[in-house]
Amino acid sequence: MAHALELDDIQHILLTRTPALTGRYVFLKFASPEAGRGWLREMIATVRSAAAVDTSNSSWVTIAFTWNGLKALGLDEEALSTFPDEFKVGMAARAEVLGDTGPNAPEHWVDGTNRPDLHALAILFARDAAERGRCEVEHDGLLTRCPGVEVISSLELEATPPFGYAHDHFGYRDRLSQPVIEGTEDIPYAGCGGPLKAGEFILGYPDESGQPYPMPVAEISRNGSYMAYRRLEEHVGKFRDFLAEHGETPEEQELIAAKLMGRWRSGAPLTLAPEKDDPELGADLTRCNDFNYKDNDPHGYAVPLGSHMRRMNPRDTAANINRRRMIRRGATYGSHLPEGQPDDGKERGIAAFVICANLIRQFEFAQNVWVNDRNFHELGNERDPIIGNSHDGTLEYKIPKRPIRRKIIGLPAFTTVRGGAYFFLPGIKALNYLAHLGTAAQTTAPTLEGVKA
Amino acid sequence: MATVLEKPEVSNALPPAKVKGRQSAMHIPDGGYFPDKVEQGRFGPIFPRTPLNYGFTIIAKIKPGTEENFHNYARNIEAAVAATPDVLDVLKLHTLKWALFDIEGSTYFMYQGIFDTDFDKYTEDAVNIFSSTGIDTVFENLEGFPADWKSNPQAFIGFVREHHRPSFMEYAEYSYVSAKEVKSALELKQSFGTMLDNMQL
Repeated sequence: MAHALELDDIQHILLTRTPALTGRYVFLKFASPEAGRGWLREMIATVRSAAAVDTSNSSWVTIAFTWNGLKALGLDEEALSTFPDEFKVGMAARAEVLGDTGPNAPEHWVDGTNRPDLHALAILFARDAAERGRCEVEHDGLLTRCPGVEVISSLELEATPPFGYAHDHFGYRDRLSQPVIEGTEDIPYAGCGGPLKAGEFILGYPDESGQPYPMPVAEISRNGSYMAYRRLEEHVGKFRDFLAEHGETPEEQELIAAKLMGRWRSGAPLTLAPEKDDPELGADLTRCNDFNYKDNDPHGYAVPLGSHMRRMNPRDTAANINRRRMIRRGATYGSHLPEGQPDDGKERGIAAFVICANLIRQFEFAQNVWVNDRNFHELGNERDPIIGNSHDGTLEYKIPKRPIRRKIIGLPAFTTVRGGAYFFLPGIKALNYLAHLGTAAQTTAPTLEGVKA
Repeated sequence: MATVLEKPEVSNALPPAKVKGRQSAMHIPDGGYFPDKVEQGRFGPIFPRTPLNYGFTIIAKIKPGTEENFHNYARNIEAAVAATPDVLDVLKLHTLKWALFDIEGSTYFMYQGIFDTDFDKYTEDAVNIFSSTGIDTVFENLEGFPADWKSNPQAFIGFVREHHRPSFMEYAEYSYVSAKEVKSALELKQSFGTMLDNMQL
């Protein structure tokens, strides 16, 4: 039986996708615990729980902290010590595990997210630019009232045209497959697997293991989660050049793009539309995930074994898949590069959050094995063709085909990591607890109850 | 960058000294790592790939009087594999060898496994396969094995690392070849034989 979710204590981003076309991420540093707590006390009023969120509003706010940020707010050492090591050291320190080497390495990140004094993140999703501007003015006002809270960097989000559906700068339709959490009203689409135990994504609930589910101190972590932030620049010009080089006709170029992803750019999966694009299928969430690989495509003749979609969700060809699922939220940033125009050299890409209850088992596994293991599915010398680290130019991409497969050698890197960090996403009560640390309003000390759970 | 037609080849991911499928021997420094090439995995440094691919030789003292448990576990695994041949698939094994032996009055267990992937990558999957199939783990009979191994993969792999005795020489008659490639070659030979048989009709 599902444990009832405490929806009024869970930040909405975990369970709700809001209809935003723009937004802003603000990365912050606290000069003192008082400064951080003062900022947090005012910001809490803007944060909505999963129960209170209203998707007819015009803007939605989420707040999260790094481990150093929890420390900067004044959380005591005993409580801090209960967080897992990978969260404590942060994403930049895990660079080698994540494949963030070479041009992807933290020393090249552009937004200060590799700094040890990165403490907090405020995520704003907004319906339009006017609302984003209004929120920005309000937040600037708050910052002037909170001396000691410094903006390290910020990133403005922009959907790319056409605006009728979510897609990245390469043109791939996005938001096609997300896990559904047991205890919510969401119904999984055919092929997406059954609802998963909430503990895979939210701390304090049973997970898919059936085993005890350790978590850091309950006051801070219950109804919380971890978020891995990734700012990925997409090299649109290089991507289009690649398609032109490997496909003689527009149809062949579309097929190459589809083979890299596993879906046509319309979203139609190659398992169900192997020869020709089917945009209606791509737009139909009730049908576009209804397939598996063991029966439908064991050799990868439709969806290559190393394609992005097959790596990021190997479905029935991976063991233990229910323990590897993640929730993704985010948006594109940077200006749209119209088709046919040469690359203008401006940065554009995806800035996304991967949400999970266990960074090392879910996010780091996906990065380390699914994305960057050269020998995933015994492929020999491949990484994820879209987000894998292929900057050294030595990787291949194999497209199974009868009678003989096609092999592309010297696959270029289509993306570069430009920023990243690990955040903890507290529940609403925990936000209040943190905001009132060291004050009379904080009536109880954190207990280690959760650690033993 | 170019598109080329496939042709028989050795993997171009390996330098000439590591040609796939050929005889190869490797001396490994004390401690099991090449100090200038240590790769970091999720749970710590990864032991290097050798001509045998990856492997562990775990040697640990058993809890006194548990010898029969080890034999029972061996029987369980024999039955599980007979019933479901791919039950251990997730471990990406080539071979597994277990032995019990005595040193100065104490009994020790040796677990030697040869894998196609570093154990670090699929630790949680291995833990899951042990607990979900009822095979459980024979390691529970070893002194110092963490009681919370099912929910604590870090502790599990910590024990494995602590009791691993790295090789200092490994040799393979056919090096850097995966079990899947071996099985694929055998299947191809079988299929080719069948094709020739059919040509006699």
